[in-house]
Amino acid sequence: MSKYKKVLLIGSGPIVIGQACEFDYSGTQALKALKEEEIKVILINSNPATIMTDPEFSHKTYIEPIIPEIVEQVIEKERPDAILPTMGGQTALNIAVLLKEKGILDKYGVKMIGASYESIKKAEDRILFKKSMEKIGLKVPPSFYVSSIEEALKNYKKIGFPLVIRPSFTLGGTGGRIVNNLKEFKEAVKNALKISPVEKALIEKSLIGWKEFELEVVRDKNDNVIIVCSIENIDPMGVHTGDSITVAPQQTLRDKEYQDLRDASIEIMREIGVDTGGSNIQFAVSPDHEEFYVIEMNPRVSRSSALASKATGFPIAKIAAKLAIGYTLDELKNEITKITPSSFEPTLDYVAVKIPKFAFEKFPGADPYLSTQMKSVGEVLAIGRNFKEALLKGIISLEERWTGLNSLVERWLSDGKLKYSEVRDYLEENLKKFSPYRMWLIADALRWGFSVERIYELTKIDPFFIEQIKDIVLQEDEIVKKTIGRLTKEDIHRTKELGFSDKRISELLELSEESIKEIRRELKIRPCFYMVDTCAGEFPAKTPYFYSTYEKGKNEAKLFGKKGVVILGAGPSRIGQGIEFDYICVQGIFAIKEEDKKGILINSNPETVSTDFDISDRLYFEPIEKERVLEILDFENPYGVILQFGGQTPLNLAREIEKEGFNILGTSPSQIERAEDRRFFSELIEKLGLKKPRCRIAYDEKEAIEAIGEIGFPVLIRPSYVLGGRAMYIAYDMEDVKGFLKEVFEVSKGTSVLIDEFLQDAKEFDVDAIFDGKDFYLCGIIEHIHEAGIHSGDSSMIFPPLYTPERILKEIEEIARLIAKELEIKGFINLQIALRDEDIYILEVNPRASRTVPFLSKAQGIPFAKIGAKVILGKKLKNYLRDRKEIKHYSVKEPVFSFSKLPGTDPLLGPEMRSTGEAMGTDKNPYSAFLKAYTGAGWKMNKGKKIFISVRDAHKPLILKIAEIIKNMGYEILATEGTANYLKKHGIECREVRKISEGFNEIIELIRKGEISAIVNTPLRKNEIQDAKRIRWNAILYGIPCFTTISQAGIFFEAIKRVKQLKLFKPLCKI
Amino acid sequence: MKRAYLLLENGKIFEGKPFGKRGKNFGEIVFCTSMTGYQEILTDPSYKGQIVVLTYPLIGNYGIHKNDDESRKPWVEGFVIKEPFKNPFHRSSVSDLEKYLVKNGITAICDVPTREITKIIRDKGAMKACIFQEGESLNKVKKELKEFPSIVGRDLVKEVTIKDALVRKKGKPFIAVYDFGCKESILKNLEKLNLGIRVYPADFPAEEILKEKPEFVMLSNGPGDPEPLKYAIENVQKIIGKIKIYGICLGHQILGLALGAKTYKLKFGHRGANHPVKNLKTKGVRVTTQNHGFAVDEKTLPKDVRITHISLFDNTLEGMESQKLKFKSVQFHPEASPGPRDEISFFGF
Repeated sequence: MSKYKKVLLIGSGPIVIGQACEFDYSGTQALKALKEEEIKVILINSNPATIMTDPEFSHKTYIEPIIPEIVEQVIEKERPDAILPTMGGQTALNIAVLLKEKGILDKYGVKMIGASYESIKKAEDRILFKKSMEKIGLKVPPSFYVSSIEEALKNYKKIGFPLVIRPSFTLGGTGGRIVNNLKEFKEAVKNALKISPVEKALIEKSLIGWKEFELEVVRDKNDNVIIVCSIENIDPMGVHTGDSITVAPQQTLRDKEYQDLRDASIEIMREIGVDTGGSNIQFAVSPDHEEFYVIEMNPRVSRSSALASKATGFPIAKIAAKLAIGYTLDELKNEITKITPSSFEPTLDYVAVKIPKFAFEKFPGADPYLSTQMKSVGEVLAIGRNFKEALLKGIISLEERWTGLNSLVERWLSDGKLKYSEVRDYLEENLKKFSPYRMWLIADALRWGFSVERIYELTKIDPFFIEQIKDIVLQEDEIVKKTIGRLTKEDIHRTKELGFSDKRISELLELSEESIKEIRRELKIRPCFYMVDTCAGEFPAKTPYFYSTYEKGKNEAKLFGKKGVVILGAGPSRIGQGIEFDYICVQGIFAIKEEDKKGILINSNPETVSTDFDISDRLYFEPIEKERVLEILDFENPYGVILQFGGQTPLNLAREIEKEGFNILGTSPSQIERAEDRRFFSELIEKLGLKKPRCRIAYDEKEAIEAIGEIGFPVLIRPSYVLGGRAMYIAYDMEDVKGFLKEVFEVSKGTSVLIDEFLQDAKEFDVDAIFDGKDFYLCGIIEHIHEAGIHSGDSSMIFPPLYTPERILKEIEEIARLIAKELEIKGFINLQIALRDEDIYILEVNPRASRTVPFLSKAQGIPFAKIGAKVILGKKLKNYLRDRKEIKHYSVKEPVFSFSKLPGTDPLLGPEMRSTGEAMGTDKNPYSAFLKAYTGAGWKMNKGKKIFISVRDAHKPLILKIAEIIKNMGYEILATEGTANYLKKHGIECREVRKISEGFNEIIELIRKGEISAIVNTPLRKNEIQDAKRIRWNAILYGIPCFTTISQAGIFFEAIKRVKQLKLFKPLCKI
Repeated sequence: MKRAYLLLENGKIFEGKPFGKRGKNFGEIVFCTSMTGYQEILTDPSYKGQIVVLTYPLIGNYGIHKNDDESRKPWVEGFVIKEPFKNPFHRSSVSDLEKYLVKNGITAICDVPTREITKIIRDKGAMKACIFQEGESLNKVKKELKEFPSIVGRDLVKEVTIKDALVRKKGKPFIAVYDFGCKESILKNLEKLNLGIRVYPADFPAEEILKEKPEFVMLSNGPGDPEPLKYAIENVQKIIGKIKIYGICLGHQILGLALGAKTYKLKFGHRGANHPVKNLKTKGVRVTTQNHGFAVDEKTLPKDVRITHISLFDNTLEGMESQKLKFKSVQFHPEASPGPRDEISFFGF
């Protein structure tokens, strides 16, 4: 029995690049671990899309902004014995440190567990960390700061070339440079001092070309230490580990070299003093393996520890939580074998490869190369019996255009983007850069005759990995040469064992994927399913965790028969398909279990709760892709498959799965198609006598222009069948159209493009509902704050609607019921609705659970996902209808963006979704709810007393009310010429600032000095001037709220005005 | 391409690719779960008589290194792996795995389902096996395998121990090492002490060693069953209590037998680099390297022998000591190589 009765757990808040759903996974594990010990856990997290914030996981859950003021109020009210800050990423760690430093923890007698204040400081403070490492005889990369060139020249010899020169305080590490001689050095230092806002630069030993390794370490109070997993970054130093392709276990170190890192890790744990939890330690190893440096340690669970948990089957967060409350490793059982203790080191008999997923196409202007700033939005993990199988499987898991290591060069040659004579130079050039396409470029380089040695010189990727890619390329040659007629069973089996997808083989042999599948199945080349058992088969395991391999082995999974229900997960996190869908899948699994069926989950995302092996009855860590999914289904032959929980990806497989004769539970594929295919959709809306924006489908540019002529401006242009509004544009005139059209057709991959009438100034709604064929259950109608034209995922939203008359809402509900009935929905349906002048337009019908389901669940305390799952399994909705509670408060969902991680991008909103996460605010008063949501999303006004306003002409009348509020709050208004004139004309005092383009830098200076506390800047429609972009970017850089829509600025200042009199931020115990 | 086969005593046969020397060889098949250190494993004399299956599927990744040999040559009877790596890049690599195996006459097989084989060994216990090449008559190999002697009761030490005593490091006082198949790392760790080192063949008369008055005697690791090693047991009986003795692995088992305890064969043994051992004195748990198929039955130990370590995998005896009889021994490998160095302090003496 633990000495702690009540523990406060801090979540990680909204999802941003670098801090994503892995902390829902770790937090959920911690909650389960503490609950088992009968400890009352109080949770605070502002992210409603998490499993951890579901009521059954904690004693009490506060969905509130994670800021010291709020956490203090929670502590005051709940009086926990201890605070566990190591499960919620850097956010939780930082808050705990702040609370400690403010004396709040001591005041209320709250003990910090998991990691002590001292050890956090030692690990996080660069100087303290360096000292600690030196004390135990380990090295950190030598570095020093300079403020002048003289200082730099005096000291550089101590380190020696090559050196990295980094200007201080430029965001995203921009302006860093590697120098190899004195001439370059002088130049670089001078430049760095010039571009650094604080005129300082860091001079550091360059570890260019060094290899990077990570060890996941766990230590208990008795000084028992284990290394759970070693991870090798395939990319050399210089690429953020979150953006590196990584492999577990490490592949290229000799035992002695690995043991040196292991010994160092143990010493580091002892010296830093992490004595009840897990840490991640990163090392740089020289190319000759003769020396290594300690790069950093995180005294908490991390993205890498989530990855390590999935790669090994060892639940680090769960164990770390148990250690935090006083257990020792040998007291805890290995959850997988159930007979051996946790005080051992997992041993793998497979290779686990992680591949990051990027979204550069959504952030034009952002530098699309990799650096020390993490830029990926998600990742996949793939497990295979060899590296090649894992890599190729991972590539499929990305759900991108790749079917393997497809040739980029070939495509560019045929597109005319590259000339034959330029290929080698092009490859040389690009292999040197850290391109997200480096694996494909390496394959191309091998095809173009580059030696492994040369590729190593260019990429600094260990030849071990280049050789693996070479094996793949050689195998491609082999089968292409033989052609199908001469390929033996052995050849095909070998190709499959190397991880080639049926699709890739079919492309190489110029046959259909279907025919490869048939040949393969005829030859009985089928995958077998192996366990991830932590012990390489040494002990019989009771784990439900499996992966597939085309090795000629024996299946290890015992079949559930007709009890099994398969849920297809959402795959890697990406913009538009993130943690919300994982939440729904997990709830779905819980529902299946409650219905006395066996929940089988397929997913490829290591960051998620759904891929925690003790969530489902069976977990297949596999791509959500036709071949792998069909093989699993064929093996399991389940009662049915649920497609409507994992976002768009599973739905795209509906037809294929149906064709194979599996039972799709829920809405039928033909009805799914009626909703998704725009032609059928038009017919549907017409049939029901409803309205939708006028729409045309175009198959080429000429047709598109005709269609636009018919509909008239403004129009919304987008490809059919894409996710998160990819390549979606609003065009106001012909000039706009010319710009987008080519790209839209490119993204649509030769299928059709949709041209819609754009409903300017309409209000939008999200509607979620469940239908069982008879009863209709409205989960909720959510009102968007942003006007139509901003992607629903990027809009602030409020539930219940604040500004819409009840009769309209009733009408919307009736429409939803009508559509659900017509589509014979079984399970979830989501509608996107626009309202203009009392006219209701149907923008979209999604026959699946949507992004807003978790938000609605949290807002009302009803587990909609679970109810939906049960309906899909055959339960009647009438069982749940009466449980409806009265809605007592307002809930606001505020999107969160990661623009600061993508230097160069313009933080504007539009029809293409760009937010990475969301925060929720709940209060009886809607404006308090808004303010909480804004605060949770990180909007924070600094102490500056000036607010800058610059809006386009159409918005000028709308800004008056906002300007008045701002003025009344005592702020000075700064405005650009046009806006200033307009405001003055209407009697609002303000000061005009000159334009940057005219050589006046005042506004940027004021931002940098912290005198501007908010910016309202609506973009010009086209030919966006650079001025505004620079101002917005600086606002992001300095963390100033920057409103690019009038609607949001209006609500924000209105909320501040109204809440001023109320006691701000009184936490509300929701559950 | 020609095929190679792995035949197990239970009749199960696996087809794979020939690797290393193209030949036929018999031994007891065991698996090792260490993910690194294949060269150390190959050259550990304790694997004499055994065909080793490595559970980690990618082997040979970093090549072969001068300093990674644990003795003068590889001893395994056969090597069973999933996927070998052909072009190691490691800067200090002197050879690739296959060349090394060929050069040293080690028969191996690759591209077999090592996980399935491991599970058979786990479930049925370590058993006899044979690696052979395409073209051999299966019936003949089956017959030969049947006739091949079991590891139980065989003296494998005599095949790996040195022929003549030698001085490893000059100096007095010195450490006397009984070489039952001693790993290089044990000697390297002893070298760190400010003492001379002399190494003796396994059957070297104890009286003669005693006469030289060594500081202490180290009973090394070694292969196979300790029971048939009557000469070694008797030698240890002659010195026990008279001089400090340290034992590792087989040395620990010989010590146990010399004390009158019994040893027994484990179902499939302990072989890997992730074995948790609890130190009963400190209560600490350390991760150790292990490589043994036999164990000392703790219930048969004399009362005054203190049990110092137990395995947390199966609670078997992992260490013992007696102040009265001046000995200390461990079943695991404190010298690691390959594996964790958590118990390197054993060499602190």
